[in-house]
Amino acid sequence: MLHVCVRRKQGDFLIDASFNSKGIGVTALFGSSGAGKTSIISMVAGLVRPDQGRIAVDGHELFDSQKRIDLPPEKRRVGYVFQDGRLFPHLSVRSNLCFGMRRINPSDRYVAFDQVVELLAVEQLLERRPAKLSGGEKQRVAIGRALLTSPAILLMDEPLASLDHARKAEVLPFIASLSSEFSIPILYVSHSFDEILNLADRIVFVDSGRVAAAGSVEELIRRRDLQLSTGLSKF
Amino acid sequence: MEVFTLTTVELEALRLSLWVSIWAVLWSLPLGILAAWILARLRFPGKNLLDGLIHLPLVLPPVVIGYLLLVFFGRRGVVGGWLYEVLGISLAFNWKGAAVAAGVMAFPLMVRAVRLSIEGVDQGLEAAARTLGCGALRVFFTVTLPLSVPGIITGVILAFARSLGEFGATITFVSNIQGKTQTLPLALYTLTQVPGGETGAMRLCIISIMIAMVAVLASELLAKRFAVPMRS
Repeated sequence: MLHVCVRRKQGDFLIDASFNSKGIGVTALFGSSGAGKTSIISMVAGLVRPDQGRIAVDGHELFDSQKRIDLPPEKRRVGYVFQDGRLFPHLSVRSNLCFGMRRINPSDRYVAFDQVVELLAVEQLLERRPAKLSGGEKQRVAIGRALLTSPAILLMDEPLASLDHARKAEVLPFIASLSSEFSIPILYVSHSFDEILNLADRIVFVDSGRVAAAGSVEELIRRRDLQLSTGLSKF
Repeated sequence: MEVFTLTTVELEALRLSLWVSIWAVLWSLPLGILAAWILARLRFPGKNLLDGLIHLPLVLPPVVIGYLLLVFFGRRGVVGGWLYEVLGISLAFNWKGAAVAAGVMAFPLMVRAVRLSIEGVDQGLEAAARTLGCGALRVFFTVTLPLSVPGIITGVILAFARSLGEFGATITFVSNIQGKTQTLPLALYTLTQVPGGETGAMRLCIISIMIAMVAVLASELLAKRFAVPMRS
């Protein structure tokens, strides 16, 4: 169960969003560029501080302005897959994958190294440096690195945005299988409705820093009032 | 071949110079990295003042720095007196003082090189390391520092070369005592002041050029060696 209720002023832009999502599966934060999706996901990760609000994963509070709780990112147990991969260039793929895993107590690990290597098909890449990887390979390694921290929730910020069509098709099936394979909730940011139709169980539609609508994919497609603003009518 | 044989005095000066420079780099490296990180990553009031203070040795006459060191770090100085009474360390008129003088003079070069490198490290990578369970200090040692290695190498070599060449601050702070504080440049200067010292002076001059060339080449090689695998 993910609970997010945050408020933050960034210059003239106000983010005032709240939503809940239950159980495992993929919750998509959907909206146009600049709607505040990345800011919201960064607040969940602890990289951006909300002015006020509350963020909790599985009843475990990560941030609560009233109780003055604000866990630093390294204590939040969130796995974050960045849009641009952000692999460590000075480390091999293997060391990148193990980077976060090493910080986790073995008894708290529920994701195994071999399992991730097999699922993401990165066996052949382990001894390479990130500079020698293609865009799709980089993103697979980035996903593996976040997964191996055995996180309570996986945050993915447009992990496919920097890839061309063929690479997208290469990475998408891996992401689709993650949530059920590891029974982990995923918060997935995207502005592409194609991706979301393929992946999401629930949609949170973000517009100008606010949650305009939230619900299952089927529910949101049927809502006529959203069709104009989102382009959902195509589907 | 007699011409190419170093006299005891010259050999002593060479050895002392290398020793002093190594220590100058050793003490200024951790401080230099800290100062570079502060200037590259933090924002606070008085930052420009700190920046200016660090750069002073680059723009002040070395003699002024030497005199200031004498005032503060001499045995009766504010810091020097404390060092002597509490820790039993005296910097006056020995190689330790020479290492301090050389380190202070080389400090701005060290900080500039390291700072440029740290500023070049993508802060997104540091944020990624935080989400992977590393506290701020661990992020520094596992991400920021390794990625700054090319700049640190440049800084070390520059500081080492600058220390080898240090003259004004050294002679003012710890004087020119043969076997104790007479480094290569000081020995060369002394040789030029006595009749018949020309050959010796020329020998030391050639050695200085050779050390400097080796240092610069080494830094180029090392910087390349480390820069290639890190390109992303």
